[in-house]
Amino acid sequence: MTMLKTPPAARVGGGARLARRAFVVREMGILLALALLIGITAATNPRFLGAQSVKDLLLGSTILAILAVGQAIVIITRNVDLSVGSVLGLSAFATGSLFVAAPGLPIPLVILIGTVLGAACGAINGGLIAAARVPALVVTLGTLYVFRGVDYMWATSRQINAADMPPGFLGMGTATVLGVPVLTLFAVAVLLVVGYYLRSYRSGRELYAIGSDPAAARLLGIPVGRRVFAAFVASGALAGLAGVLYAARFGTLDANAGTGLELNVVAAVVVGGVAIFGGSGSVYGAALGAVLLTTIGAALPTLGVNPFWQRAAVGALILAAIGLDRALAARLGRSLRGRNTHV
Amino acid sequence: MATPLLALSGVSKSFGAVAALRDVRLELYSGEAHALVGENGAGKSTLVKILAGVHAPDQGTLTLDGRPVTLGNPADARAAGIAVIYQEPTLFPDLSVAENIFMGRQPLRSLRRIASAEMRARAIELCERLGVPLDPDRPARGLSIADQQIVEIAKALSLDARVLVMDEPTAALSGVEVERLFTVARSLRDSGTAVLFISHRFDEVFALCQRVTVMRDGRWVSTDPAADLSVDEVVRRMVGREVTSLFPKEPATVGEPRLEVRGLTRHGSFADVSFTVRGGEIVALAGLVGAGRSEVSRAIFGVDPYDAGQVCVDGKRLPRGDTAAAIEAGLALVPEDRRQQGLVMELSVERNATLPRRWALTRMGLLFGGAERRAAGTWAERLQVKAARLSDAVSTLSGGNQQKVVLAKWLATHPRVLIVDEPTRGIDVGTKSEVHRLLSRLAGDGVAVLMVSSELPEVLGMADRVLVMHEGRLAADIPRDRADEESVMLAATGQGGRS
Ligand SMILES: Nc1ncnc2c1ncn2[C@@H]1O[C@H](COP(=O)(O)OP(=O)(O)OP(=O)(O)O)[C@@H](O)[C@H]1O
Ligand SMILES: [Mg+2]
Repeated sequence: MTMLKTPPAARVGGGARLARRAFVVREMGILLALALLIGITAATNPRFLGAQSVKDLLLGSTILAILAVGQAIVIITRNVDLSVGSVLGLSAFATGSLFVAAPGLPIPLVILIGTVLGAACGAINGGLIAAARVPALVVTLGTLYVFRGVDYMWATSRQINAADMPPGFLGMGTATVLGVPVLTLFAVAVLLVVGYYLRSYRSGRELYAIGSDPAAARLLGIPVGRRVFAAFVASGALAGLAGVLYAARFGTLDANAGTGLELNVVAAVVVGGVAIFGGSGSVYGAALGAVLLTTIGAALPTLGVNPFWQRAAVGALILAAIGLDRALAARLGRSLRGRNTHV
Repeated sequence: MATPLLALSGVSKSFGAVAALRDVRLELYSGEAHALVGENGAGKSTLVKILAGVHAPDQGTLTLDGRPVTLGNPADARAAGIAVIYQEPTLFPDLSVAENIFMGRQPLRSLRRIASAEMRARAIELCERLGVPLDPDRPARGLSIADQQIVEIAKALSLDARVLVMDEPTAALSGVEVERLFTVARSLRDSGTAVLFISHRFDEVFALCQRVTVMRDGRWVSTDPAADLSVDEVVRRMVGREVTSLFPKEPATVGEPRLEVRGLTRHGSFADVSFTVRGGEIVALAGLVGAGRSEVSRAIFGVDPYDAGQVCVDGKRLPRGDTAAAIEAGLALVPEDRRQQGLVMELSVERNATLPRRWALTRMGLLFGGAERRAAGTWAERLQVKAARLSDAVSTLSGGNQQKVVLAKWLATHPRVLIVDEPTRGIDVGTKSEVHRLLSRLAGDGVAVLMVSSELPEVLGMADRVLVMHEGRLAADIPRDRADEESVMLAATGQGGRS
């Protein structure tokens, strides 16, 4: 008949250590790049670390980071949401219009309405994907134009100005606590909640399972359609929330708010180490990616780099991030395979 | 007898024009292990998928405790207490072993959060029960087929199910793991679980099961108590004819050294492995699961790098870690893990079968469909691949038939050195002897064959020489006339000297 197996080798938890190290290397890599960039920029231009400039940087990162968190949820399930820029625009314009129509509305209610509007857009995305069985890439590319079109129709070359919005709301865009903008604290709270949910709840883990192997997820009885739908609703809701914050921060709104933002968001997520084919990565990484991209956008002009090279730098960063992920995955795979797999 | 716990009657299922099941019946009783046997493509896995709620039957009824049930999806089946181990591992490569075992059913603590520590502990406990102490935190990516199978088994066991369905759970396992699995399965059976067991290894069927159902071409053939049956009788019913000698190794003239391996070392996997395979020789690489056999064969072929040593084919040294050079030199590797390394699941049978040698089929740089179809057809026929059309996607084939396509693919390259890793995994009796005859004939034509196998009868029946590995080192080199169960086992467990 058949044979015995080798007695277990004495290496405890080797695989786990390796996997964890890869994760840490990934997040540390972004932090390192960030530190390097800030260090060099600050050395050439000390004003880069001034209170106002740091505040601008944080505010700039905040909106991108919230979008990146939502996008990460979707990408983890092996999908993508290209409509987030349009959803942000729609929600921002809706916020302005609400204040124009009813200046006395309580601010939390407005935030809620913007978020729900975004969630509704996300539900349209998720519903279409589930019903039509068309890849998310195609569906959200379509809704990118549809939502933007609705925005155009609604705005009909109108512009809403800061003067149309209550000072309390605009104050939210500039207020700080201990030098940190309130909006940033808001984003950090969102990040922590989503990060904790993805790690500690069954449905959160199922999102990873779906992205890792959708067929196996189905065999296991995971409600794949429902989870993916929920991921799109979450991404839409966060884009809606980001739209409200966008209105508070910039005050001036027209139908073009957030145009082209989706590519920045996907870039931030990829740079942040979320695998574009799903199944791995964290929202923390995605948020860090957003901060890094925003910092590059702010630092390179300060360094006098010409705009063409700024774009090229972002591109190079994306390629480097993907290259790093590949290399790490290959190393990890090889050492896990070569190693005796048993504890 | 009492009412069956789970019963199927009159079940039919077709995929397009392929009738996978026709009027099949099956009754599973509490406290009984039931074997389901049949050739590759007989419909066993399709039946399993109906029990699992993956496929809905076109016709027929399912009853649980005598009451009709409909299993609309896998969650329904699980809720009904049916745990299934599928033939192909269905793991999430990015998630940890513990998460894979408990996905969707993780133990919870306050606020419905996952209790990770408890989950880890239970995963360790389950793996220990199966005698394979896997690291619960490592990702499933890169696990050997045997370990993937262990995770699948742990997953099913963690369910505490009333019905345990196992579709070829042992195909990748060897002795002790199989024995452990059986100990666990027997204790479950004795505490009232109904077990359905599928295997192409008859010794296992008779060791575990009280009742045997035979299927052929999607139809039910017979159900009898195992005690009333013999292996020959089962085989006859499965195949519908007599099957001749299982291991027809023909003597071949042994020629020049073809494959020479000197001092091959990879830290943490294997060390100082040296051997020679001559043309016309079949050399088996035996040993326990995890002894480093697959690792050595992968390093030789250049899939994995190695730290020291050298590999020569026909006296010429191969660059390390370069599969293209290895193929160029006439080496072929039939890998252990067909899903990840052997096949492109979405491509057709003929595409897959001709992938590695498409250049040879081109005329002026163009590939003509006809040449591809003819080449694939020859091998598919020899190996009796059961597919409705060669243009069907490989993913729709039965497990054993997929293995045949992998074999066809590499045999068609006319290699001078052929390395096969578990060549008959999941292949039925009839075709198994066909595969053995093929290997034997290849050796007769002067090919050097290195065969990794966990099945001792296959090793003893086919090999001119048996190399035995133990903990990453070659422990013995036993010529055919001295190789028997005892000598190989002793060396494999580290008790034999180098002979
Ligand atoms: N999804 C599918 N689409 C089309 N045909 C299928 C599909 N699944 C199975 N089949 C066909 O149904 C038949 C029975 O397949 P099944 O997998 O049940 O065989 P099996 O008895 O499990 O064989 P093996 O011993 O090789 O695992 C085969 O001819 C197979 O090609
Ligand atoms: Mg099968």
